[in-house]
Amino acid sequence: MKLSVSGLAVIRSGRSVISHLGFTVNAGEALALTGPNGSGKSTLLRVLAGLLPTSAGTIEWSGGQEDAPLSEEAHYLGHRDALKPSLTPLELLTFWRSLLGRAATDPLTALERVRLGHAAYLPSAYLSAGQRRRLSLARLLVAHRPLWLLDEPTAALDQASETMFGALVADHLTRGGLALIATHAPLPIATRTLSLEGIL
Amino acid sequence: MIAFRALIRRDLLIAMRMGGGAGVGLVFFLMLVTIMPFAVGPDLVLLARIGPAILWVAALLATLIGLDRLFQADEEDGSLDLLRMAYLPLPLVVLAKVIAHWLMTGLPLALAAPFLGLLLAMEPQALLAVTVTLLVGTPALTLIGATGAALTAGLRRGGLILAILVMPLMIPVLIFGISATSAALGGPLSFHTPFAILCGLGLFALVTGTISASLAFRASDS
Repeated sequence: MKLSVSGLAVIRSGRSVISHLGFTVNAGEALALTGPNGSGKSTLLRVLAGLLPTSAGTIEWSGGQEDAPLSEEAHYLGHRDALKPSLTPLELLTFWRSLLGRAATDPLTALERVRLGHAAYLPSAYLSAGQRRRLSLARLLVAHRPLWLLDEPTAALDQASETMFGALVADHLTRGGLALIATHAPLPIATRTLSLEGIL
Repeated sequence: MIAFRALIRRDLLIAMRMGGGAGVGLVFFLMLVTIMPFAVGPDLVLLARIGPAILWVAALLATLIGLDRLFQADEEDGSLDLLRMAYLPLPLVVLAKVIAHWLMTGLPLALAAPFLGLLLAMEPQALLAVTVTLLVGTPALTLIGATGAALTAGLRRGGLILAILVMPLMIPVLIFGISATSAALGGPLSFHTPFAILCGLGLFALVTGTISASLAFRASDS
């Protein structure tokens, strides 16, 4: 599997956010996106997720499932946690598992993996910021999608959870997955780095 | 299909646990219909004659005030981004959400209509006709409104714009809903003709509403 982007340009409300951007990510590789606030890291991830249109350039995805658009091959973890206060973590994961297709780990095991097993039956409203983040990470495990687009995944995570996150991504990469991670903090795994500063 | 059912189930579960939201339309409907006899006066013949129209207008307005919540909650917490990346095509995501929304808002309106019709001194036959036409008409209204709800999902106070956008499109449904009801009470026209057109409008809204709501999401990206 391979993701290659070339000559990518994105214009949002008349302002050029990304221009002449090109890079390649191969299977088993993670790419860290760095750069100051407003340099287009989140925009790039949303574009790859198919949530924003491009104005120029190509995004090529090869080696995935036939006929599946990139948005169905990618997991997107944004700033907002997509969490429903009245549902339990288990209900949420079960729901996303059926919605995202290609079911992988079962929801309870995924919750154990992110150390949220004890909160499986608690309404999500009671979760702390870090626990919410961990619940979002568990979503990446319940459905199999080869490309992970993570927007500051370690925000609000404590030391132990950060190590756990590193292990999750490392597992994903050894199974031939790809990951793009926008971040300000150093990541707990070895990655190549793509700096978006200077594009503005 | 599993994904489609899961989405309906989730929305119903959230609506039932949260309470509140679903009841607003019904209470509004109830209030509008109960104050009408006071406004019109104790003329039972007049009330019975305009009863179907009152019920239909009240149902339309009650549908409108609930519509802004159709996609807003999912937009606010980021679920909509993930739904758009789901395995399920976007028009079907829209349809599943519309079905869940209608079950919580439109269906109670249609079921409450015959009881409220009693307050308006309506004939049994008119009560039956209003209920049947509302059962067909309210899903059509929700489907038509879905496009407006999709366009205004990102706006904090999109309710008014939404109402202005979709109200004109709802008028044909209102016209044929009421004319079918009047036809059932006797008149030159048979009940079937306007009712068939009402059903046709519903099917038309089923196709165009789901597709144009999906396009509306993409249009509001840039």
